[in-house]
Amino acid sequence: MLMAHVRAHRVLPGFGLSLGFTLAYLSLIVLIPLSAVFLRTSALSFEAFWQAVSSPRVVASYRLSFGASLLAAAINTVFGFLLAWSLVRYRFPGKRIVDALIDLPFALPTAVAGISLTALYAQNGWLGQFLEPLGIKIAFTPVGVLIALIFIGLPFVVRTVQPVLEDLDTEIEEAAACLGAGRLQTVRRVVLPTLLPALLTGFALAFARAVGEYGSVIFIAGNLPMVSEITPLIIITKLEQYDYTGATAVAAVMLVVSFLLLLVINGLQGWTDRRSARVR
Amino acid sequence: MIVGCLGRWAAAAGIGILLAGASVAHAQTTLLNVSYDPTRELYQEFNRAFVKHWKEKTGEVVVIRQSHGGSSAQARKVIDGLDADVVTLALAFDVDAIADRGMIANDWQSRLPKNSSPYTSTLAFLVRKGNPKGIKDWDDLIKPGVAVITPNPKTSGVARWNYLAAWGSALLGSGRDEAKAKDFIARLYKNVPVLDTGARGATTTFIERGIGDVLINWENEILLAGKELGKDKFDIVVPPTSILAEPTVSVVDKVADRRKTRRLAEAYLEHLYSPEGQEIAAKHYYRPSDPSVAAKFASQFPPVSLFTLAEIVGDWRTANRVHFADGGVFDQVYLK
Repeated sequence: MLMAHVRAHRVLPGFGLSLGFTLAYLSLIVLIPLSAVFLRTSALSFEAFWQAVSSPRVVASYRLSFGASLLAAAINTVFGFLLAWSLVRYRFPGKRIVDALIDLPFALPTAVAGISLTALYAQNGWLGQFLEPLGIKIAFTPVGVLIALIFIGLPFVVRTVQPVLEDLDTEIEEAAACLGAGRLQTVRRVVLPTLLPALLTGFALAFARAVGEYGSVIFIAGNLPMVSEITPLIIITKLEQYDYTGATAVAAVMLVVSFLLLLVINGLQGWTDRRSARVR
Repeated sequence: MIVGCLGRWAAAAGIGILLAGASVAHAQTTLLNVSYDPTRELYQEFNRAFVKHWKEKTGEVVVIRQSHGGSSAQARKVIDGLDADVVTLALAFDVDAIADRGMIANDWQSRLPKNSSPYTSTLAFLVRKGNPKGIKDWDDLIKPGVAVITPNPKTSGVARWNYLAAWGSALLGSGRDEAKAKDFIARLYKNVPVLDTGARGATTTFIERGIGDVLINWENEILLAGKELGKDKFDIVVPPTSILAEPTVSVVDKVADRRKTRRLAEAYLEHLYSPEGQEIAAKHYYRPSDPSVAAKFASQFPPVSLFTLAEIVGDWRTANRVHFADGGVFDQVYLK
């Protein structure tokens, strides 16, 4: 009874209008183009669909694309957190420049990133020429894919964690110390729980970006079937062979898996939110 | 006063003529030639020659525009609505793909002489200076320890020719033993460390990244590269037998009829077969089909015994189904 009353008279006006706009906008920009993918796929019979999305080459590409993306996002979460920490907590000369550098992967055309990373890590590149004699191959291997994905995903973690860290008062940590917590304990029980939702968001964004990445990866990957072919390349390959429905079938699988993974990450985030609220 | 009036009238008339001139210029006939990557310089020169030829013949001034990219990506653009009056692509399969969508008549390849290939090419090897691995022929590419750079035949036009040339040389060299040819292909692609998506990417991998002992590419690209890169870093090897690569041209019927450019488009393609067109092609290292022009440029092209696509697989649709489609011979190399 009370709920109904509250719902009828929202404090903030304009709910209908803004929700309507949100849905219309989302449909136009996201849902309609994506539904075209599923519509095109529905032209396939189930057997043909299954054959298109489950051939060994395609499955190997899922493993690489999703595996490397998850790993890259995890690495970015750790190191992105460290970067955000240094940028927020310390003062040092050139801090603004470092801060600006972090956004560069956003701005750089991905092909440029791919070409420069390849030039760096190829056997005759600046770094590659020292790694090659040690038997470490990066360019044209799955490791190269991982490096490209780390490069493009880094800003997402730093930029989501930074503002939360700025809001986190150092006084809280001081209070923890006064109450007898050790340094590790403070980080583990006070700082991390507060930052966890932001870290998870950064992780999800970096992951989503990495799964869809094409431009930088194809230059460094080597693109060998079963070894270093990413799923977006499989889609392009199918298009080059005029197999439009096969391409959209693989795209549909990618969309569904990405959506499910993002849903799980969001769920995890909600769970940590509630948990940290309860702790507080 | 009268003079002033006249002056004003003349000025108005002048502006009128200018405007009329501008609108004539605006309504000028244009022709779009959608082509593949390495023909950029060829068509720049050919278009200038054709515009001049057309003006002399008909008095009309036309503008020819050109678009370049990977051959099948270009074909897809035409399928998706790029208004190409003519296509000049790397292989007949890409023109077939446009024809399959009803935009070009199915008998397109018999509408012009020589299977609609005004100029042909073949494949050549670029090797490191001094040819340290001693690469002379296709058989040398499957030796252990030889790294071969060729793009992915699923995504690149020239890579399909590379693949089929290797297939053909193994097939004909073994008395048409398909099992042996399959084994040859498997061993060849085991020696490929990087599969770029396009010809330009493969060239970069070989030249800039220093990867591989041999790059397989269009003869015209390699002869051109040999001229531009100097002879201090690379050698050119032309294998004694290879495939006759036929880049094909066609009017895009749907577009030409809608834009009313058919007469111009047909004349444009026919001019490729004229002595002038043939000489321009030869200057850009494409093998001319006209015997007298071919004789004139004979010293430029190493002698190669050429087999045709028809001799080794039949047509492009068969080649695609057997070799390049999902689960085909090329896929089997990587699944073993």
